[in-house]
Amino acid sequence: MTDQQTVHLKKIDEYRWLIPREGGMRTDGLVYADERMMDVIKKDQSLQQVKNVAFLPGIVGPSLAMPDIHWGYGFPIGGVAAFDAEEGIVSPGGVGYDINCGVRLMRSGLERNDIQGRIKGIVDALLVNIPSGVGSHRKDLKLDKQQQHKVLQKGAQWAVDQGYGQWKDIEHIEEQGRIPDADPDLVSTKALERGKAQLGTLGSGNHFVEVGYVAEVYDEGAAGVLGLAKDQVTIIVHTGSRGLGHQVCDDSIRVMLQAAQHYGIELPDKQLCCAPLGSKEGKEYLAAMACAANFAFANRQIITHWVRETFEQVLHMGPSTLKLDLIYDVCHNIAKLETHEVDGRERRLCVHRKGATRAFPPHHPDVPVTYKDIGQPVLIPGDMGRCSYVLVGTECAYEETFGSTCHGAGRIMSRHQAKKSARGRMVTKELEAKGIYVRGASMGTIVEEIPEAYKDVSDVVNVVQGAGIGKKVAQLKPMGVIKG
Amino acid sequence: MKCAIMPFVGYELVEHTADLGIRVWADDIKGLFEEAARALFDIITDLTKVEAHLKREIVIRGSSREELMVAWLNELLYLHEVELLLFCDFSIAEIDEGTVTGVANGEEFDEARHSVKTEVKAVTYHQLEIKEHGERWQTQVIVDI
Repeated sequence: MTDQQTVHLKKIDEYRWLIPREGGMRTDGLVYADERMMDVIKKDQSLQQVKNVAFLPGIVGPSLAMPDIHWGYGFPIGGVAAFDAEEGIVSPGGVGYDINCGVRLMRSGLERNDIQGRIKGIVDALLVNIPSGVGSHRKDLKLDKQQQHKVLQKGAQWAVDQGYGQWKDIEHIEEQGRIPDADPDLVSTKALERGKAQLGTLGSGNHFVEVGYVAEVYDEGAAGVLGLAKDQVTIIVHTGSRGLGHQVCDDSIRVMLQAAQHYGIELPDKQLCCAPLGSKEGKEYLAAMACAANFAFANRQIITHWVRETFEQVLHMGPSTLKLDLIYDVCHNIAKLETHEVDGRERRLCVHRKGATRAFPPHHPDVPVTYKDIGQPVLIPGDMGRCSYVLVGTECAYEETFGSTCHGAGRIMSRHQAKKSARGRMVTKELEAKGIYVRGASMGTIVEEIPEAYKDVSDVVNVVQGAGIGKKVAQLKPMGVIKG
Repeated sequence: MKCAIMPFVGYELVEHTADLGIRVWADDIKGLFEEAARALFDIITDLTKVEAHLKREIVIRGSSREELMVAWLNELLYLHEVELLLFCDFSIAEIDEGTVTGVANGEEFDEARHSVKTEVKAVTYHQLEIKEHGERWQTQVIVDI
């Protein structure tokens, strides 16, 4: 591995930086950032990681990095890389441990003022109804092996089948909440064991459920199509595939370490281990990854159902008044086979998005019919004290980044630094003074997740908008948050 | 019995922006594996509150020392997550290029007495290398949290 200092950067324009191909790189690197952000990005090894990804066989187009890029293991977080379906590879490290970690957004028939005085009740009830923290799970959700297999095959569609939510939710989930060709027989017993009690749980770290409101609308037309208006109450759910996904990733990395050797793939970092897409190992990873992704879709669907129930319980209102409709659900850790036009011809590619969101343009066949004129909704959560964004995909993203954009704010402080900075402060009181009521399974998590531990998501989104790889529709501000 | 805890003897936690590293040293490879396990559970919980009431025997196979290290730690993590166990004391009986045999001592997670500081997703292979300098062994492991 070369040092960060040796990464040669060439500024293309205000928002684009080229890492020219050199040495063993098979292609260039392309990073989206402004000058100020680049100064921060240069401090860790993430640019070297963009270079390392460019070494992998069959890469098509540049090794890409979104403005929320930061150091990951192997691939950087915020990295996007596409590989030719015939000659390319698939890498579990290009997806990450939390397979199909993702975000979903609901709108409501409520206005901010309707719940202002009730937010504590809502948040406290969410914390009771949605398990988070070690070993906690709902007693009314227990699965046998056969049912667990169905979850892995059918994802959110299984959940709706069981009465968690409605069929119209499904249209508004990436891949309709079910990645095809999932094969549960390729998921280890260990992964199944880890997942058994974790379906319908939030998990810790940066996972959350947030009740907020539309603070600003940038694009009235698109907001109208999404059913969003100023001061309207919204809900964000951010979680993934929990221990099941972590175990699938770990199992696959062990297989891929051998596979990379077997197929003679040279790796600048072990964590980039991979196998050809056409190989047994490559196909088996994709089929197991699909299972974990479907588990995550089901997880978010079940939690959505409990969010709806919670609002009904606390506000004593029915579904027709609450109108808690799903706007969209996006994955931000995934590898998918997609068709893209490259140099004037259509090619089948495996697009890895690790800490990046799909952002397909208007009229793309994978965009739900309801949104065909505005493009695919993209949900960018920020930290719990500032704001989050709703964007839509663009033609520019489709042409330049295989239809991908950023996924969030990205940490700038380590957890330890965050704790140190929060020492002696009443973090929850500070947030409450700003009108944000936060509760978590443990105080430790809340302290680690203080707003200043993150980049300002507005800076990230402004780069995305400036570069044209996403278009701002609305800004959401938090009122109440539960943290895992 | 209470486990004897001497923090930062044999390991230290290294901060990364989004993740954590464990830097471990010992005078033999068995010690290195034991210390790494202690460090892992130091990330997860307050080790001074964990008592050694039960034990789990663990056998791990792998094709290199590095792979064995990751697999050993991930096995402990698996037991923590699935059986809700916290471990505080580890002893490696045997280790060669392909196998690790060891014992982990600890107890079941008890909400009233134990806290979980950080939920660990996985132990990674990122930049992992086990080095031997004379009588001193060392390694750094990156943990996904």
